[in-house]
Amino acid sequence: MDYFDRFAIPHPSPAIYASMVAIGLTMIAIVIGLTYFKKWGYLWSEWLTTVDHKRIGIMYLISALLMLFRGGVDALMMRAQTAVPDNKLLDAQHYNEVFTTHGVVMIIFMAMPFIYALMNLVVPLQIGARDVAFPRLNALSFWLFFMGAMLFNISFVIGGSPDAGWTSYFPLAGNDFSQSVGTNYYLIAIQIAGIGTLISGINFIATIFKMRAPGMKLMKMPMFTWTALITNAIVVFAFPVLTITLLLGTMDRLFGTHIFSMTNGGMDMLWANLFWVWGHPEVYILVLPAFGIYSEVISTFSRRNLYGYKSMVASIVIISFMSFLVWMHHFFTMGQGPLSNSIFSITTMAIAIPTGIKIFNWLLTMRKGKIEFTVPMLYSVGFIPIFTIGGVTGVMLGMASADYQYHNTMFLVAHFHYTIIPGVVFAMLAGLTYWWPKMFGFMLNERIGKWAFWFVAIGFNVTFFPMFFTGLDGQARRMYTYSEATGFGPLNMLSFAGAIGLAIGFALIVYNVYYSTRHASRDIGSDPWNARTLEWATQTPVQSYNFARTPQVDSIEAFWDYKKNGKPLFKGEIEKIHMPNNSGMPFIMSCIFFVWGFSLVFSMWIPAIITTIAIFACLAHRSFEKDDGHYVSVEEIEATEKDWEVLADENR
Amino acid sequence: MKIDNSLPLEYGTEQNKMNIFGFWIFIGAEVMLFATLFATYFTLEHRTGSGPAGSEIFELTPVLIETIVLLTSSFMIGLGVHAMRIGRKNAMITFFSITLLLGLVFLGVEIYEFTHYAHIGAGLQVSAFTGILLTTLGTHGAHVTIGLFWGLFIILQVKKRGLTPQTANKAFIFSLYWHFLDVVWIFIFSFIYLKGMM
Repeated sequence: MDYFDRFAIPHPSPAIYASMVAIGLTMIAIVIGLTYFKKWGYLWSEWLTTVDHKRIGIMYLISALLMLFRGGVDALMMRAQTAVPDNKLLDAQHYNEVFTTHGVVMIIFMAMPFIYALMNLVVPLQIGARDVAFPRLNALSFWLFFMGAMLFNISFVIGGSPDAGWTSYFPLAGNDFSQSVGTNYYLIAIQIAGIGTLISGINFIATIFKMRAPGMKLMKMPMFTWTALITNAIVVFAFPVLTITLLLGTMDRLFGTHIFSMTNGGMDMLWANLFWVWGHPEVYILVLPAFGIYSEVISTFSRRNLYGYKSMVASIVIISFMSFLVWMHHFFTMGQGPLSNSIFSITTMAIAIPTGIKIFNWLLTMRKGKIEFTVPMLYSVGFIPIFTIGGVTGVMLGMASADYQYHNTMFLVAHFHYTIIPGVVFAMLAGLTYWWPKMFGFMLNERIGKWAFWFVAIGFNVTFFPMFFTGLDGQARRMYTYSEATGFGPLNMLSFAGAIGLAIGFALIVYNVYYSTRHASRDIGSDPWNARTLEWATQTPVQSYNFARTPQVDSIEAFWDYKKNGKPLFKGEIEKIHMPNNSGMPFIMSCIFFVWGFSLVFSMWIPAIITTIAIFACLAHRSFEKDDGHYVSVEEIEATEKDWEVLADENR
Repeated sequence: MKIDNSLPLEYGTEQNKMNIFGFWIFIGAEVMLFATLFATYFTLEHRTGSGPAGSEIFELTPVLIETIVLLTSSFMIGLGVHAMRIGRKNAMITFFSITLLLGLVFLGVEIYEFTHYAHIGAGLQVSAFTGILLTTLGTHGAHVTIGLFWGLFIILQVKKRGLTPQTANKAFIFSLYWHFLDVVWIFIFSFIYLKGMM
């Protein structure tokens, strides 16, 4: 039995055993359900093997929402633990694990798949393409991400969660101070998901550069596509840094090198530097697509074209460049000396300028517009003031000398939640509501959606605004408890109350999905928001081939011009369409990656070697495989398009 | 499938153009990958702890052999792609085979070099310097190893299926990869070995 001891949890608690049982029961229920309803074949042929960007997008979306709730439960546990002084709900070790997984899950396994969900769903449609450049790689990206997420998520029931913070600074994360396999999970699960993200980055750059509809020059692309392009450029340049950082961390932990250790020449600060050389661009990877979504939503619901298109493009390009020049502001207090601190202080404050330009452009887009406060618009308008508070406190933190006061306090926690929640979560909820009818053919209920918005927006502020004060008073982050004498109690209780409000908001969003699925009208046409970009020129739900005829574009808002000025979008005859075949290989290969990762986490070398060979066997199989795809015939397309075109014309 | 005959075979279809473009982006990512390794190497270069320094363990002979062999292999694959462009299938296969053989020699010498380091007390776990040195060399070596298998598969496919837009595309992309490994080696040779020996 000694062999199996390694899989036991080092710090068990009743909550973890309960989760184990819950996970087991859920899995049994899924298997029984699929068998009972005879859905295995459907699941395999329509979802697990699909290479369709829209379905991959939906799978990303489901995973992101699942992870949002996992990370959200972690957050509630933290707020509950710190709600009153000297609380015993969680012990220190458990609290460490919870804040570590909260950070990793929310950033890597919630925000990243959420932005890739929307990119997958929207970008090919916005540029008038049939699919992404490499559909099968796209499936591989998703499944690698998914298996990475699953590997990370089993850590708390098998072997123990990582507990060194989402930044996993060495030497704390080294073998000496983190003896459980938790940090191995961190290193390897993120590595697998990161490879998937890198592949997506390459895929979307190729798609956007090579597959735009005729006439859509770079400066005529919709703003969301622009942000997707720049985001993926950051991905391609930042993620290899993460790959190496994690590889070196793995070498230290599994193979005994001394790269980040305290002895034999190792340098622990190197981890912090490498991590943030990836980590800071990662912040902009998350926020730029959000800016794209806001640009689309604000312009649609103000009924005006986007103000300052060129300056918008220029500012995202400048942001992407500068995102690589500010990483050191994450550790001003860790001894680099005044020269480096001054330089990075200046670059940090300078990056607020292009972001400010964007804020003013959105405000000026709304000026004199006929603003319609739909749910996506509420999130976008709510974003502007809240994000500005995040930005202003960011400039405060960016002043190196003042940072000695703020560093590692709750002030910082409040700051980055004030940027990342309006900057990412609000945008994702706005994008989700905005593009929901395009994905599923019905709209989410506006009334429930507005209730959810107010719960989320108010709950958010009540949760995080008090932290600015407790932080300035000296409450350190990542401390599992505090004494009553500190006086932090009441404000922390207020935070907890806010967190409950946030939880109610998210529960309302789930209820909205359920309610709208049952009751919403299916007769909404293909352009329910009266929007401006090409994705709304397709059928709803979108056919597998997207566009029967490739659209011809000659302005930034070709679809709007088509609707208002009657400029024809689709010319010429329908031709047969070449489509890629489905393939099970991405899924199978990612499953092997999962076993590979699991073997490495527990240093089980024989299965690790076998799975490595199996991964390369999959690559070899792909190399020799002959797959020319298939054609959708003209008759088939005409049959599906006929009814729709009549309807579409009536609606206009 | 539409084939544009005014372009070389490997660029002949839309998918082919996209594959090559995508691969260039991948090479961009690889540049960042190796750049990170080099940056880490330069940071840790003199942090040898109680282990040996670079000047004590580097030997010119095996490194020179590796360099000459790898540069020649890159030249050979260039000839191979030229042969492919003028439609000489057998010549192309011959040049690609020579490329891979030279790659194999390179790998053999590198394995010898690694065992040698282990014998003279410069193994992976000795110091920060040896750790990052062997990781950097190992990452390049792993790329070469993958390249050997990949190249072999492409030779087999060209042999069986002839020069089609698909096989030509794969062969051309493989040549980009191989040239890139050569470029990385030039940096390793100059900034790890030569700099370390000075």
